[in-house]
Amino acid sequence: MPKLTVDGIEVEVPAGATVLQACEAAGKEVPRFCYHERLSIAGNCRMCLVEVKPGPPKPQASCALPAADNQEIRTDTAMVKKAREGVMEFLLINHPLDCPICDQGGECDLQDQSIAYGRGHSRYDESKRAVTEKYMGPIVKTAMTRCIQCTRCVRFAEEVAGVEEVGALYRGENMQITTYLEKAFTSELSGNIVDLCPVGALTSKPYAFEARPWELKKSFAIDVMDAVGTNIRLDSRGRQVLRALPRINEDVNEEWASDKTRHAVDGLVRRRLDKPYVEKDGKLVPVTWGEAFGAIKAVNAGASVAAIAGDLVDCETMYAAKALLRSMGSDLLEGRQTGLAYDTSSIAAVNFNTTIAGIETADAILIIGSNVRWEAPLVNTRIRKAVKRGAKVFAIGPEVDLTYPVNWLGNDLGLVGSLPQAVTDVFGKAARPAVIVGGGALNKGQGASLGLIDSLGLVKDGWNGYNVLHMAASRMGGLMLGYAADGGIAAVAAKSPKLVFLLGADEVSDDRFAGALKVYVGHHGDKGAAQADVILPAAAYSEKSGTYVNLEGRVQRGDRAVFPPGDAREDWAIFRALSDVLGATLPFDTLDALRAKMAEEVPALGTLGLASFAWSVPSLDASASGEIGSPIKDFYLTNAIARASDTMQRCSAELLHGMDYAEAAE
Amino acid sequence: MIASIDDKDRIFTNIYGFQDWGVDGAMKRGDWDNTKDLMIRGQDQIIEDIKASGLRGRGGAGFPTGMKWSFMPKESKPGKPSFLLINADESEPGSCKDREILRHDPHKLLEGALIAGFAMRARAAYIYIRGEFIREAENLFAAVAQAYDKGLLGKNAAGSGYDFDVFVHRGAGAYICGEETAQIESLEGKKGQPRLKPPFPAGVGLFGCPTTVNNVESIAVVPTILRRGPSWFAGIGRDKNQGTKLFQISGHVNNPTVVEEAMGISFRELVDKHAGGIRGGWDNLLAVIPGGSSVPLVPAAQIIDAPMDFDGLREVGSGLGTAAIIVMDKSTDIVRAISRISYFYKHESCGQCTPCREGTGWMWRVMERLRTGEAEMHEIDMLHEVTKQVEGHTICALGDAAAWPIQGLIKHFRPEIERRISDFRSDMAVAAE
Repeated sequence: MPKLTVDGIEVEVPAGATVLQACEAAGKEVPRFCYHERLSIAGNCRMCLVEVKPGPPKPQASCALPAADNQEIRTDTAMVKKAREGVMEFLLINHPLDCPICDQGGECDLQDQSIAYGRGHSRYDESKRAVTEKYMGPIVKTAMTRCIQCTRCVRFAEEVAGVEEVGALYRGENMQITTYLEKAFTSELSGNIVDLCPVGALTSKPYAFEARPWELKKSFAIDVMDAVGTNIRLDSRGRQVLRALPRINEDVNEEWASDKTRHAVDGLVRRRLDKPYVEKDGKLVPVTWGEAFGAIKAVNAGASVAAIAGDLVDCETMYAAKALLRSMGSDLLEGRQTGLAYDTSSIAAVNFNTTIAGIETADAILIIGSNVRWEAPLVNTRIRKAVKRGAKVFAIGPEVDLTYPVNWLGNDLGLVGSLPQAVTDVFGKAARPAVIVGGGALNKGQGASLGLIDSLGLVKDGWNGYNVLHMAASRMGGLMLGYAADGGIAAVAAKSPKLVFLLGADEVSDDRFAGALKVYVGHHGDKGAAQADVILPAAAYSEKSGTYVNLEGRVQRGDRAVFPPGDAREDWAIFRALSDVLGATLPFDTLDALRAKMAEEVPALGTLGLASFAWSVPSLDASASGEIGSPIKDFYLTNAIARASDTMQRCSAELLHGMDYAEAAE
Repeated sequence: MIASIDDKDRIFTNIYGFQDWGVDGAMKRGDWDNTKDLMIRGQDQIIEDIKASGLRGRGGAGFPTGMKWSFMPKESKPGKPSFLLINADESEPGSCKDREILRHDPHKLLEGALIAGFAMRARAAYIYIRGEFIREAENLFAAVAQAYDKGLLGKNAAGSGYDFDVFVHRGAGAYICGEETAQIESLEGKKGQPRLKPPFPAGVGLFGCPTTVNNVESIAVVPTILRRGPSWFAGIGRDKNQGTKLFQISGHVNNPTVVEEAMGISFRELVDKHAGGIRGGWDNLLAVIPGGSSVPLVPAAQIIDAPMDFDGLREVGSGLGTAAIIVMDKSTDIVRAISRISYFYKHESCGQCTPCREGTGWMWRVMERLRTGEAEMHEIDMLHEVTKQVEGHTICALGDAAAWPIQGLIKHFRPEIERRISDFRSDMAVAAE
C-alpha cells in the first residue's frame, strides 16, 4: 500500500496502482485519452502528464507510472500545465473543425478537454491532414480524419472482443487505424468501440446524424436481448428510442453491451402492433379493445386456459397472466416455447451459480453445448478473461470460434458421462472448476451434467461451479413464477386448452395448440401474431417498467423510456382489464400493487440483487447421448425486436451470410 | 589534451577490410584466442572488469555498460531465460561505424556476444541488423556459421562449457527500430513502436524475458578490454570518458573516414590527422554536428578545440551520440541541412505518441518555410516553443532527437534565419512594385 502525496494531499493507494489512480484518489482530475480502466495501458496520448519527484526533471505519463512510496506528485505546476497545453495543441492541429457536423459533439472527450487545456486559437498555419474513411462493418461509422490515434479501439478488439481485426497502418503522422484489409469488424461487440472512441472518429452508423445528446431523455433500463440482463440506458426523443448504451455494472456487463443490445432498438418502431385485432374469415381485422375482449370471453374457456411466456417478457407480465389463469382455475403455465422440458424442481440446479463475475476466476471450465459467444456475449468476455488468467477450457458440442483457445472434445453428449483423462486431470487439480451447460444440451444432457457436480467436485466451500446458461431474458423470472410445466409445452398442449395466451411468445410452433383460441399479447407482428386469433397490442421492454431476472438469478428492474404506440398498453394493464370482462377481477389496480402481490408470492422478486436459491440437486437419469445442436441459428435475429430491426437484418446479411452491403449502402 | 592513440592500442584491427574478415583472419588477429580463459574468471568478475574499464554504451546515450549488465537477474525464473540483444540497426544519419564492424570484423562482435551473454547469464544473443545492410548481413550470417562450425558458438561454446546461441535477424528499414524497446517489439514480430518504461528490458524484455540491449561497438570491444585488462582501456581518454572510440567523419573534410581514436581527442587533431583537414581550410568551417543527426550542431569557433567525448561535447551544448561527425563548411545551406534532418524525423516517427507524431510534421513544415524565408519573424520563437513541447514529452527519445537539431540551429544561427525572412520580404516588396 504505497503512500504518496498529490498536490500536498496524502493518499494511500493499493499496491500496483498507477500514479493516475493515485491522483484520482486524491480528487485531482487528470485529463486522458488513451487510458481506459478496462484496457491495457498504452501511454501514447501523453495528455496525463504530471510532475513526479523523485524522477527525471520532465513530466511523466501518470497512466503508466506505478505509484510508489513517498512520491511527490504535482498536477498543478506550470510545467504540467504547459505540457498538457502542448499535447492538446498537437492533438488539435490535425483534428478537423468538424464539431458542428460530428455525431460525437456534446459527448466528446476532445471537445471537453480542449475547453480546459486548449488554447483559444491555433498557431498551426500548415495544411491539415486528411485520412480516408475505413469500412468497419454495419455498426461502426468512421471519420478517420478525426482520429487521434489513441488505439483504444485496437486494444479493445484485441483484448476484450478477442478479434484481432483492428490495427494501425503506416507510421508517424501517416499512421491510420483500420480494420484488417478494410473488411467489417466481425465481432458481436463491435459497437463498444464507438463508446470507447474519445473523439468522433468512430461513431454509430445506425444512429448517424439522428440526434444531439442534450436532446435526449435518458432512462435506465434492462436489456432483454439475452439472459445476461445488461444494464442499459435508453436515450429517447419524443416517442422513439434512438439508442441504447450500456451502463456500468461490474457484476453484470462491466461497461460493455453486445451489438444486438445496442442496435436492435430501431426495431422498436417497425412492425409494431398498435391496435387490437381479431381473426374474421381467416383474416385479422382491427377491432376495438372491447371487441377483442368480447372475442376472448365468447370462448367460455372456463378453466381450460394456458399461458405461454415469450423470451422478452418481464416478471410483472408473467405474474399478471398467472394471476388471471389462477382466478379462472388453471395453472397451465410454460415459458420454454421450443419444447424444452428439463427438470426445474430445483431452480438452483438450472441457475448460473458461479455468477457472471465469478466465472472470471474459474481455473478450469467445461462448456457443454453452448456457443457462449452468441448465447451470452458478455459471459464469453468473462470466460476470455479467465483464460487470460490461465484457465483451461474444454467444450463438448459443435465447434465454433469462441475467441479463446478451447479444447474441443467432440459433439456427442455421451462424452459428458465419460470425460477423457485430460479433462478429469485438469479438473482434479483445479481450485475453482466450472461447468457451463448451454441450451443446446440442457434438455438431453441435464442428468448427465448434474452428475459432474460430484465427479468433478464442482461445489465446494464458497464455490459453486455448476452453471446453466439460459438465453431468454424471461427464463429465470419465469421459472421463479412457475412458468414450467412437467413435460414442458408438449404436456400443456396435451391438455388441449380452449384458450391460450401467448405472452410475446414467437417461437411456439404453429401446430402446437390447434384447437385453441390463441391470444397473442405482444408488441411485434412476428411469428406469434401470425398464428394468433386475437391480438392484444402490448408494450415492448422500452415501454414499461419491468422486473427481470438474469441468468445468474439477479433481480433487476428497468424504467420506462417511452410510451407504447397507438392503442397498445402495458401488458399487466391488459390482463387487469381483461379480468374484469371475464368476471375474474384481479386484486391489483396499480403496478405497485401488482409488485407487492408478486413479492408476497415470490419474495425474491421483491428484492433487487442476487436471489438465493436453496441448493439441491435433483436425481435424474444420468444417461445421455446424441449430437448437440445450436439453438441459435442467427445471432442477430433471435427475437421479434431484432427481426424487425433494419440494422440487425443488415448485420445478419453482411456478417453472417456474407452479403456485400458495403457499396450498396454508400 | 588527450593524445592520439598508437596503432598497438587499436581494438579494431581490420576496420578498413584490408585483411580477411572470416574466422581464420580473425583468429590471426587474435580474436577467439582462448575465449574460454576470459570466461573462466566468472560472470561477476567480467561485469566488474567492464565496470572498471569505464566503458560507456557506444549507441549514443553513453550509459555505463557494466552497470547495465549488472541489472540482469542472477538466476533465471523457469521459462524466463535471459537474452542479449545486439542492436545493429545503425540508421542514424552520419553513423557508419557498426557497418564497418559487421562487414570487416564480425568475429569481434560474435566473441563479444558470447562473453557478454555469458556475463549476463543470457541463453542466447539476437543480432538485429539493419535491413539495408545487405552485404553486411551476408558477412554476419557467414561469420555466425563459421563460428558454429568451429564450435565457438552453440553447445559448449568455445569449449567453455556454456551453451550459447546467436541468432541474426534482419530489420525492415525503420529507424525507430534502433530504439531498444521498439527493436524488441519488432523482433517479436510486431509493429516497431517503443514500449513504455518502466518496466525496463532488464526486467521485461524480449518475449517478456529479461533482456539487455547493447550497441554493436559496445559488445565488440569487450573481448579486447578483457584481454588487455580494464586498466588499459580506462587509461585512455579522460575520467568518465575512457577508452577508444570509432569516429565517423563525414561531410566537408578532405578525406571522410571512420577511424578509431582515443576518447577526448580534440576535434582539430582528429580532423587534421585522419580526415585531411577541412575542405578549404579551418577558416572555411561553419558548423559541426558531432554525434549523428540527433544532436544539436556546434558552430565552428566552439568545436575546433573541444574534446570529442561525452562530457566535452555536452559542455558545448551538444553530445557525442554515436560520434558520427558531420562537418559543414561555409558553402552549406545550414537551414536546409537542418530542415532535411527534420524531414528525416518526420518520416521516421513511429506515430505512437502525440507530441512526436504531430510535432515532427509541424516542425518540418515550418523549417521548410524558414529555409525559403517565407515566414514571419515570430514563427522562429513559435518553432522553438514547439520543439520544447515535443522534447521530454514523448515515450522514447526520437522526439528529443527531432527537437534538438532545430534548437541548435535557432540558438546558433538565428541571424541567418532572420536574414532570409527579411530578404524574402524585400524581394516580395520589389516584385510587387
